[in-house]
Amino acid sequence: MMSNLNFYKLYTLLKVQYSNMLEYRVEIALWAISGIIPFFMLNIWTNNNLNELINISNVMLSRYFLSAFFVRQFSVVWVVFTFEEDALLGRVSPYLIQPLNPFFRYIAQHIAEQITRFPFALIIASFFFLFNPESRWMPNLIILFLSCIATFFSFLIQFLIQSIIACLCFWTEKASSIERLLFIPTLFLSGLLAPVISFPEYVKSWIYLTPFPYLIDFPANLLSGNETKIYAGFTMQVLWILILFPIFRKIWFEGTKKYTAMGS
Amino acid sequence: MSFKKYFLVYSNFLQTSLASELEYKTNIIIDLITAILSLVGSVFLLSIFFQNNNQIGGWKFEEALIIQGIYTILNGITNTWFNPNLTEIVKHIREGTLDFVLLKPIDSQFFISLKKIAPSGFLEIMLGFCLLLYCAIINEININLSFLIFCLITLTCSICVLYSLWFFISTTTIWFVKTWNATEVLRSFLYIGRFPLTSFSYSLRIFFSIFIPIAFITSIPSKVFLGNSSIWEIILEILVCGIFLISSRKFWFFALKFYTSASS
Repeated sequence: MMSNLNFYKLYTLLKVQYSNMLEYRVEIALWAISGIIPFFMLNIWTNNNLNELINISNVMLSRYFLSAFFVRQFSVVWVVFTFEEDALLGRVSPYLIQPLNPFFRYIAQHIAEQITRFPFALIIASFFFLFNPESRWMPNLIILFLSCIATFFSFLIQFLIQSIIACLCFWTEKASSIERLLFIPTLFLSGLLAPVISFPEYVKSWIYLTPFPYLIDFPANLLSGNETKIYAGFTMQVLWILILFPIFRKIWFEGTKKYTAMGS
Repeated sequence: MSFKKYFLVYSNFLQTSLASELEYKTNIIIDLITAILSLVGSVFLLSIFFQNNNQIGGWKFEEALIIQGIYTILNGITNTWFNPNLTEIVKHIREGTLDFVLLKPIDSQFFISLKKIAPSGFLEIMLGFCLLLYCAIINEININLSFLIFCLITLTCSICVLYSLWFFISTTTIWFVKTWNATEVLRSFLYIGRFPLTSFSYSLRIFFSIFIPIAFITSIPSKVFLGNSSIWEIILEILVCGIFLISSRKFWFFALKFYTSASS
């Protein structure tokens, strides 16, 4: 009964947010375009034959970077910036009275945005195939399904991390600079700019214990058909979600107790 | 008289925005760490490219570091001046406060481009200069007066080109109203400026010399720094800088003709 009600609320929120997002189609298209850095990176890799050294063919590498582009598109999280604005302007107060955790609202926003983004990402991908016809491929349904789940888990991990940072707004007011700090290791270690397999040994020895390779590298390898450890990848993703979720619960609980509305 | 007035106005801008930014002292420390990590990350990425190669697109690792240094300086300048000011245009236009800017007895471009300052970018600029100094030592560049003058001229020109690009993109807001992320697209394209342009394929090289002139933003200043640039490149740089500055200013006044204030 309870979960049914929550599901209904989530569905309504999703519908509202989707129509909201459709209002700003151009904006979302621009967001999609700003994610094309992996393609530039691919150009450096193949143009200098760097991939020969890590034993990945040109075609496999271009599939990897295309998949990385897709995974990134559907795991972008910006909740900290929205929450910071809401907290600074005191909009959080009415949300807190509602019998629904405000983060449901944010999660609906993100998912609605991803749905809006989907056609633009497809258009960019079709352009990519136009210029690189030899890298065209179609993963089988199981792989497609598994990589969708892996991408969603990657989104969840990032969402939880950012929500934890966002909750720091209750104490510091400007939490987005912490997020910018944390974005740097995400950018360089997640595999968006270079596949993790190409990293030097001294990094590879510890990086698989951090959440970073599971954000882009693991789902992208899975989707593109490159070699990856499926069970280990999923286990680590779930493990990180299980670690982060209680922290978020705890910090949210402490934060709302600390929260004093605007002007008090 | 006029120059003195603008100088006075600018020193006032500087004081007020510094005072408001220094409210958030911990933010500045976090931004410093972010800047350092970001530099470490991009040097790490560069080292991956050079793992088994000793050159990329004709640039050795030590030489490619120069490009990183110049990029870091320019990025610092972007974060200090361009980003806080020019993203504000969007807000001015959406909320109709551009009226108040236009009514002031002062040049509107001057007001819009220099009103704010984000001091945390200074640290990045200093970091960039330190890296350049290090590069000068490891590349055994002998520093003399003419070298310094040429470097200063090209670097100034590249800053002007970068500024004009930002200003161009922000000006388009007058027609499109909500283009927060048009600058984000520009940022992701500029990301290429971290790497030698010659390491990209031929078609991308042309794109990045004409449409988004990264060649003039980081490549030519780096070559001048290395001392292997020809005189025509420097002349071309100055020429391009002039064209960009004048046309972006013309474009601003052209766009203002279409400004209709909010709710009209």
